[in-house]
Amino acid sequence: MLQQSKIAIRMLLLFTLVCGVAYPSVVTGLAQGLFPRQAGGSLVRRHGHLVGSTLIGQRFRGPNWFHGRPSAVGYDAAASGPSNYGPTSPALRKELAANLAKVLRENPGVRPAQVPVDLVTSSGSGLDPDLSPGAALLQVPRVARANHLSAAAVRGLVLRQVRGRWLGIFGEPHVNVLRLNLALDGLRGR
Amino acid sequence: MTVPGVLTILLFFAVILLITKPFGGYLYRVYTGAPTFLDRLVRPAEAAVYRLTGVDPEQEMSWSTFLLALLVFNLAGLLLLYAVLRLQGFLPLNPRHYPGLSPDLAWNTAVSFATNTNWQAYSGEASLSYLSQLALVVQQFLSPLSGIAMLLAFLRGLTRRNASTLGNFWVDITRTLLWVALPIAGVAALVLVALGSPENFLPYVHVTTLAGSHQTIAQGPVAAMTSIMQLGDNGGGFFNANAAHPYAAPNAASLLFQLVLGFSVPAALTYTFGKWVGDTRQGWAVFAAMAILFLAGTFAAYHFELAGTPALHQLGINDQLGNLEGKEVRFGPALSTLFDTSTTAVSWGSTAAANDSFTPLGSLVLLFNLLTGEVIFGSWGVGLLGMLMYAILAVFIAGLMVGRTPEYLGKKIGAYEVKMAVLTIVVPTFVILGLTALALSTRAGLAGLGNPGAHGLSEALYAYASGVGNNGSAFGGLNAATPFYTWTVGLAMLIGRYPMYIPALAMAASLARKQAVPASAGTFPTHGWLFVVLLLGMVVVVSALDVFPVLSLGPLAEQFARTAGGAP
Repeated sequence: MLQQSKIAIRMLLLFTLVCGVAYPSVVTGLAQGLFPRQAGGSLVRRHGHLVGSTLIGQRFRGPNWFHGRPSAVGYDAAASGPSNYGPTSPALRKELAANLAKVLRENPGVRPAQVPVDLVTSSGSGLDPDLSPGAALLQVPRVARANHLSAAAVRGLVLRQVRGRWLGIFGEPHVNVLRLNLALDGLRGR
Repeated sequence: MTVPGVLTILLFFAVILLITKPFGGYLYRVYTGAPTFLDRLVRPAEAAVYRLTGVDPEQEMSWSTFLLALLVFNLAGLLLLYAVLRLQGFLPLNPRHYPGLSPDLAWNTAVSFATNTNWQAYSGEASLSYLSQLALVVQQFLSPLSGIAMLLAFLRGLTRRNASTLGNFWVDITRTLLWVALPIAGVAALVLVALGSPENFLPYVHVTTLAGSHQTIAQGPVAAMTSIMQLGDNGGGFFNANAAHPYAAPNAASLLFQLVLGFSVPAALTYTFGKWVGDTRQGWAVFAAMAILFLAGTFAAYHFELAGTPALHQLGINDQLGNLEGKEVRFGPALSTLFDTSTTAVSWGSTAAANDSFTPLGSLVLLFNLLTGEVIFGSWGVGLLGMLMYAILAVFIAGLMVGRTPEYLGKKIGAYEVKMAVLTIVVPTFVILGLTALALSTRAGLAGLGNPGAHGLSEALYAYASGVGNNGSAFGGLNAATPFYTWTVGLAMLIGRYPMYIPALAMAASLARKQAVPASAGTFPTHGWLFVVLLLGMVVVVSALDVFPVLSLGPLAEQFARTAGGAP
């Protein structure tokens, strides 16, 4: 009993040093050296100022930006999470109806059948950086009008940002909203 | 189902099938001391570990010493982790100045990570310092080692004759750490960074967003944790949203890589098992039973998630992507569902989508996977061990049918072995159902439910099934941080892990003492399809008998109420 306990404590301390100190230090050192952009959180700068991370969704309001998906945490990137509403929950129905009404109000002329499901449902992380291509294209007329740009130009912008399935099979086609809005910002500035 | 969706599931599983033999063979060489390509690097480290800790690697242990070593090692780890979590306010690497966790939350979390469960009643990025996260990483390395050691002891029991010892616990865990966990986790962490995950110790980043609002972006040593959390089938993620968080799984490639990591060791162990008992067909038979259960459940769940829900249909929107509530666009329904059925089958517990928002029948699959005792691959060692318990029951039933004393892998299976196997299957179910009943009949239990009606019952059931099964995933709407749930789920995790070790090790010792019986014409062959079907039947029938009543009150009631259009 005593002998095994002594070994257990020595082993725990030794393995704690190996797995809790050496392992993360070596991994972090190599990661910073080999892949500094990803290791730093894929942050983006505009005119020298940090504006976010391409991987983390952020909230866009107003007609002149493309909007991302509804978020259960209000795009708080320090407190991620989903809505956790069950499929038959009355709260979910209310939420979905409100989200749809908002999309229809903000995008006049759009019919419900044109609204992709990602625009009315909350994501798993609350920080989903992406939209389905259809959800971005739906916003083109509004965004073009609000920015005094041609719909064709804005539409082209969206189509250039579409990323397909990985290897043509895995995942779903998507558009990164922050990248799209950065591109839009560039188009506006010209 | 869509063509890319079906291909996603099939191609992924083809990869698992391809790595099972080579990786399983590698594990066999590691545990039998045969040469491997890592020896030049790792053998000196192994010798150093034994020298520093005073272990005699040649010394064999009886089953009770083996169990004692395992328990004191786990207890020491649990206490150290508890101390770090309580004291984090006074410890370094705490840029957000988070205070120590409350006693019940610290206890729940320490038990959770020491038992390989990784149930997260806390929210990672909003309550833990980097040092505490690293303390969790230590247990993510160490807790799966105990599962492997248990399996190895059992395999020695199966193959040894007239023996009184089952190996050396310290050697088993040291070899697993040095030859398997550390090298693979290290390389995998770098792959995850290359695919986009952050890896740093910098304070959270404050930015002014493009639209002019403020955002604080949590980050840290994400890749290092994600890597061992997946490889070790731990499942406790850096962030509250776990694998759905875009830093934890930035794209489909990263999520697929994490799926392969999670499956790698449990799948390979079936081949190691076959090598160990001298007939690889034995391992493939067990693999086949696991694969059939896994694929059937995954395709069923995928079908229901893609079919969507009445709440979405009634809006009249374009719901081609199915039930996307709680799911991420970059993964879509197929990959999200594949990841979450895997998390309950292979018992890692991280989720790429909100399980609480799954359709009733999709969540039925998740619950069923948990309630089999997590033997559909399962976590390191204990998943296969659980499946072998079902195998022993299967040969027992087959023996009853023809009136012969059952044998498995050359050992006679007596009343003692069958009793122990039944214990390992029945006790967990008893605890799950008992605690669920307690939660549903007390005010404190009901107060923690996040959804009304039948779905609320599923939330409580899922919590205890996840706890006892040492899974760690959750129906996240449950308020797991209330004292009622921190204590009861903590208890479930402890009962699910340690008391189950006693019958399994006792059986191993009993088997080791026996003579081998040569196979005869009357021996029921355990390497063919007939055995696979019998094994599948055991898992499905025993689990269904145990849990069908409660499943009909939870997900099934929700489904029927939904089709009937009534309130569930």
